[in-house]
Amino acid sequence: MPEPVLLVDGLQVEFRTEDGTVKAVDGVSYALDRGEVLAILGESGSGKTVHARAIMRILDSPPAFITGGTARLGDLELLSIDEADMRVIRGARVAMLFQDPHTALDPVFTVGDQMVELLRARRDLSTREARVEAIDLLERVGIPSARSRMRAYPHQLSGGIAQRVMVAMAVALGPDVLLADEPTSSLDVTVQAQVLELLAALVAETQMAMVLITHNLAVAVGLARRIAVMYAGRIVEIGPARDIYTNPKHPYTAALLRSIPDIEVREERLPAIMGSPPNLLRPPSGCAFHPRCPLADDRCRVEAPTLDEVVPGRASACFHADKVQR
Amino acid sequence: MSKRPTSYMEGAADLADMVEGQSITLWSDVRRKLKRDRRFWIAAVMIAIFVGMAIVPQLFFTESLDPSNCNLSDSTLTPSSAHWFGTDIQGCDYYTRVVYGTRTSLIVGLVVGGLIVTLALTLGSSSGYYGGKTDMIISRFADIWFSVPTTLGAILVLTLFGGGGPLVVALVLVFFSWPDMTRLVRSTVISGKHRGYVRAAKTMGSPGRTILRRHVLPNGIAPVLVFASYTVGGAVAGEATLTFLGVGLQLPSISWGLQIAIAQTRFTSDPYLLFFPSLFLSLFIGAFVLLGESLRDALDVKLIQDA
Amino acid sequence: MSDAEVILRADDVVKHFPIKDKLFGNSGVIHAVDGVSLDLHEGEVVGVVGESGCGKSTLANMLMLLDAPTSGRILFRGKDIATFSDDETRTYRREVQMVFQDTFGSLDPRMPISDALTEPFSVHRDVLPKEHWNDRVRELLALVGLDPDHANRYPHQFSGGQRQRICIARALALGPKVLVCDEPVSALDVSVQAQVVNLLKDLRDEFGLSYVFVAHDLSVVRQIADRVAVMYLGQIVEMGDESDVLLHPSHPYTQALISALPTPDSEGRMVGERIVLTGELPSPSDPPSGCRFRTRCWMAQPRCASEEPALIDRGTGRPVACHFVDPASAAS
Repeated sequence: MPEPVLLVDGLQVEFRTEDGTVKAVDGVSYALDRGEVLAILGESGSGKTVHARAIMRILDSPPAFITGGTARLGDLELLSIDEADMRVIRGARVAMLFQDPHTALDPVFTVGDQMVELLRARRDLSTREARVEAIDLLERVGIPSARSRMRAYPHQLSGGIAQRVMVAMAVALGPDVLLADEPTSSLDVTVQAQVLELLAALVAETQMAMVLITHNLAVAVGLARRIAVMYAGRIVEIGPARDIYTNPKHPYTAALLRSIPDIEVREERLPAIMGSPPNLLRPPSGCAFHPRCPLADDRCRVEAPTLDEVVPGRASACFHADKVQR
Repeated sequence: MSKRPTSYMEGAADLADMVEGQSITLWSDVRRKLKRDRRFWIAAVMIAIFVGMAIVPQLFFTESLDPSNCNLSDSTLTPSSAHWFGTDIQGCDYYTRVVYGTRTSLIVGLVVGGLIVTLALTLGSSSGYYGGKTDMIISRFADIWFSVPTTLGAILVLTLFGGGGPLVVALVLVFFSWPDMTRLVRSTVISGKHRGYVRAAKTMGSPGRTILRRHVLPNGIAPVLVFASYTVGGAVAGEATLTFLGVGLQLPSISWGLQIAIAQTRFTSDPYLLFFPSLFLSLFIGAFVLLGESLRDALDVKLIQDA
Repeated sequence: MSDAEVILRADDVVKHFPIKDKLFGNSGVIHAVDGVSLDLHEGEVVGVVGESGCGKSTLANMLMLLDAPTSGRILFRGKDIATFSDDETRTYRREVQMVFQDTFGSLDPRMPISDALTEPFSVHRDVLPKEHWNDRVRELLALVGLDPDHANRYPHQFSGGQRQRICIARALALGPKVLVCDEPVSALDVSVQAQVVNLLKDLRDEFGLSYVFVAHDLSVVRQIADRVAVMYLGQIVEMGDESDVLLHPSHPYTQALISALPTPDSEGRMVGERIVLTGELPSPSDPPSGCRFRTRCWMAQPRCASEEPALIDRGTGRPVACHFVDPASAAS
């Protein structure tokens, strides 16, 4: 078995604010293999974005503090190396793709300028070489008329094209791991499909590993081999994507599945998850999901379940995993 | 397209930029931050003392230190236990005269500050909220006015008047420096009028001036408060300058500017004459600047609006 | 449904925004809405769907009198709202309210939510005397499933879903007949969307409300709308009963829209032929001649460029704006 390209173990991130300390990420662990797509599924407050930013070391500290855990990339311990070393790693070995392409692109420089600057600085190419490479990258991500697009400013690009440019820049240095944080959530649905297909193709072609952070279960199932479901800073279920979709082993996953509207079916009443996402300043005792869980009993209220294997290849953090119905 | 919710719980990093980069600072947060800011307390104490000196200067005098305690034969005595700041050319106790000068400065500062804020809020909010012709007229007006340097303009006008009392000087200062804060209010209002809650109020049928009063201005008041603080300090400095140049307050007014003007000719022989009013002037202005700074940090204001 | 009274009607509404680009001497207009006609019957939910740039939000703004049409009329109970007197406008504002996408921005962060909920009463002082305000606030909060004791909390102390409930409560304060919902659940977590959709349905049943439900998420629209209008680049391309349009789309754009939804089957395998649209969304300042969708349509013919397809029934029982509609595609 080849080594996983990224090994996250017990990652913990705290936010210290005047109102109190928020445990945004509370012991997240997973292994990512080459060429694999792992989807991290979660809603607000799940910690999915914070964990990725922690790995990239781009959290504002203060108020964020990485208080525990490791993230091994090969033989590098990403959470403890120098910022100077991390700067070299960022982009070249681990890259991140953000939700809104327009906030990540500099509005005063053309697309071409930004790509050339990136390539020159990080890959030590001459301007001419960088230009050629940039056009090649834009074509690889499926941007039509790449050459003329180089002269465009970010605001002149549609959301879909801008996101493709971001993808091009993210993979320009050939990273081993791509952390994609809701890459299609702010795009039109007809464009979403295209960008997701692009990402899938890139993964297949380069054997780059991808962590796909999303709130959309259908997207996760369509693209990922495995899904990790996060709630209140923890992974509550992890396993093969299709298995989780057809046979969830955690009440949150099951409830999520039930509450997603399906265009095929018009429900009299959508089965909703009662209650609200947890307030991380005052998290519930025991299992964080218990106030909203139909299976919760006294044990759940006092004791927090650990992520344990329930069937081979599948782990769930629930005392009643066997009773979960889709 | 819909953006993923930056709920207040998705990491406290988002607590500070919940609505597209705007931070909300509730008054309770502001009070808390101010209470912990040393600068605020220093400024508050200083201003309190100055206000006391202005309203009830007698509190600061003792028996012997009395403004009418003037004796020509005691002219230009250096500071001593009898006269803490010495005496001036007329032989009057300098300490009491310097303390008295506070009233003038405070009047000028507050009148200028108050008028400019009122003008700015009225004109700036109309201009920013209604746009169109109103905005065009007010903005052009402000632009033209803005290009006239305050001090120079004030000097010209006051020369025509032959100087004036604190109110006249204050009005002249307002006359030439109103555009600045007006523009600030205008840009605050412009950035605030597109907020969701303004739209919601419009759909309820709330009239513009109510929306301004209830939503736009309270949410945009922070930079105005900071700027107002600086303005008070600036006004006092302005009055002192004009008085020093001879076009502001005239004798027998008691003003630090006048005292400094008189003192400069005797700087080598009696430097204390210059020192004390300058000290008070600097401390007065400094107190308001310090207040402004602590307000700015507590309100988390970037004066260059980047909404 | 068709015999219920038409409470709100858009009649060939057009909205063009001028482009002022003096630097390059460009002038022109953005064709945000280009000839939209829509009826809302009492007690009905009409879904207006489309992607960015289709004009659905601009249409919603015009229905709310936030913007005036460039041409065309909007009729409330048969009367053109542009001709309303001040009194009639006031009445309109009470009868037609809006629910917005941005739950946080729609509430003044410096005001406790009780103030937000009483604001309608302070604008329309003849509706409820002040002594009853507190009671009404508690009633409204309970109506939307929130704890009345939380009335003096601030918006940031609530979750997104709760804030949307507060906004809905505020919209209901004056007892409107129509709610224009502009992407009311798009910014909410999926698990919470269902709650709010359920709430909107319950309120509609309880109070006999009518909704214009603007959204881009077709699965959500399917749950609440009675009829659906699909918009593209400022025009309606297809309209009809929700099950017809969403399950048996006739217009190629609607078909593409639905096929773009990632659909795992019960086994978790992705199904459905995904129609990949070529090209990009044309600029609304320069829409294509003839059929606006032709630049991305796989069925485009020369006729599509020269002749604009009218929104009429082409044998499928409902209006479709396409020259090549196959009547068999709309099974009923």
